[in-house]
Amino acid sequence: MDINATLLGQMLVFGVLIWFSWKFIWPPLTKAIEDRQKKIAEGLAAAERGQTELQSAHGEAQVIVNAARDQAKKIVDQAHKREVEIVDEARSTAMEEGKRIVDSSRQDAAQEKSRARDELRKDVASLAVAGASRLLQREIDPKAHADLIEQLAREIEGAKA
Amino acid sequence: MSAAEHAAGPANSTEYITHHLTHLKVGEGFWSFHVDTIFMSVLLGIVTLGLFYTAGRKATVGVPSKWQAFVEMVVEFIDTTVKEVFHLDRSFLAPLALTIFVWVFLMNAMDLLPLDLPGKVAALFGIHYWRVVPTADANTTFAMSLTVLLVVLFYSFKAKGAGGYIHELFTAPFGSNPVLWIPNFVLNLVELLSKPVSLAMRLFGNMYAGELVFMLIALLGAGVFTLTFGSAFGFFGQVAMGAVWAIFHILIITLQAFIFMMLTVVYSAMATEHH
Repeated sequence: MDINATLLGQMLVFGVLIWFSWKFIWPPLTKAIEDRQKKIAEGLAAAERGQTELQSAHGEAQVIVNAARDQAKKIVDQAHKREVEIVDEARSTAMEEGKRIVDSSRQDAAQEKSRARDELRKDVASLAVAGASRLLQREIDPKAHADLIEQLAREIEGAKA
Repeated sequence: MSAAEHAAGPANSTEYITHHLTHLKVGEGFWSFHVDTIFMSVLLGIVTLGLFYTAGRKATVGVPSKWQAFVEMVVEFIDTTVKEVFHLDRSFLAPLALTIFVWVFLMNAMDLLPLDLPGKVAALFGIHYWRVVPTADANTTFAMSLTVLLVVLFYSFKAKGAGGYIHELFTAPFGSNPVLWIPNFVLNLVELLSKPVSLAMRLFGNMYAGELVFMLIALLGAGVFTLTFGSAFGFFGQVAMGAVWAIFHILIITLQAFIFMMLTVVYSAMATEHH
């Protein structure tokens, strides 16, 4: 151990080192560290905020989807109801129409039937007159025996009926 | 790497060790300077501050470079250590602790250089004596511990005021009875002065002894060129023990740097506490 003026020199050196470190090294380094800490904290907070926002957006989307689903269901139900209505309407219309057609044809048939009957009656009268003339070998005045023929025709008709 | 290579140098072990323990000295008596100690400590101080200064200047808030990350890790570690012990404004004490830790560590680390290498390099410049570990010179360790004492006194005055501190010197720890003033003061003086002495002697003793052990290990292989069984044994002893001691020394140099820093912080913290 040889203590001499080196001690004073070393104190000076140490002092200068401390001063330099105090003034020029420590402040920028701690500032960088603190700024980065702040930045990281902000980033984490932003991430958390984003997470929350995403969650709420998910919720909102769910609500919208549910509403749309309800709407769609309502529309489909309405369409079903309308379909049934239309089918019913069509059915009743068709039935009425069919009934009308059947009625008119029935009317037509009745008319035809009575017309044919009249004709037939006329034919029977003339046939009866012709037959009787041949039987009697002479002319019969249809007018003189109209009552008789008419009665005959009615009997035939009655037998037929 | 060993005494054997000192062909033109020392003739025996005593001379080898003496040579290695001699400073490059200019001046006479007290007014002399150890040029090697001052040169090496200034050089390592510049290296320390330069590396940290460039890191500080290029420090970005974004993704840090590896070097910046390392420097910030050291800074953070020291800041945390200081914060745990010292509860006042640490804008001065923390950089002081950083300076002590890194500077002392680097100066201690010079002990890990091959023992004869610095001497050989110095010899190229025509210098015959060159001790490379500044902390194995008591001048360095006492210079540091006395500076720390000044810092401790500064914190004492700052925390208690001149009157308060002087009052405490005479009235603590026994009491304020006038009869006890002298014993109080003597005890406080011893306590105060024991701090720099223990700080300086601990670091100096560790580094000096470490250096000496390296020299003794180096002497083991001194006779390797005589090619006897004993010299071969000695050579392998040098390699094995040198490796073990060097690895162990990595722990010691870090630990001593940390202890010096930590005690500085603790003494400063004690100075600001009221009794």
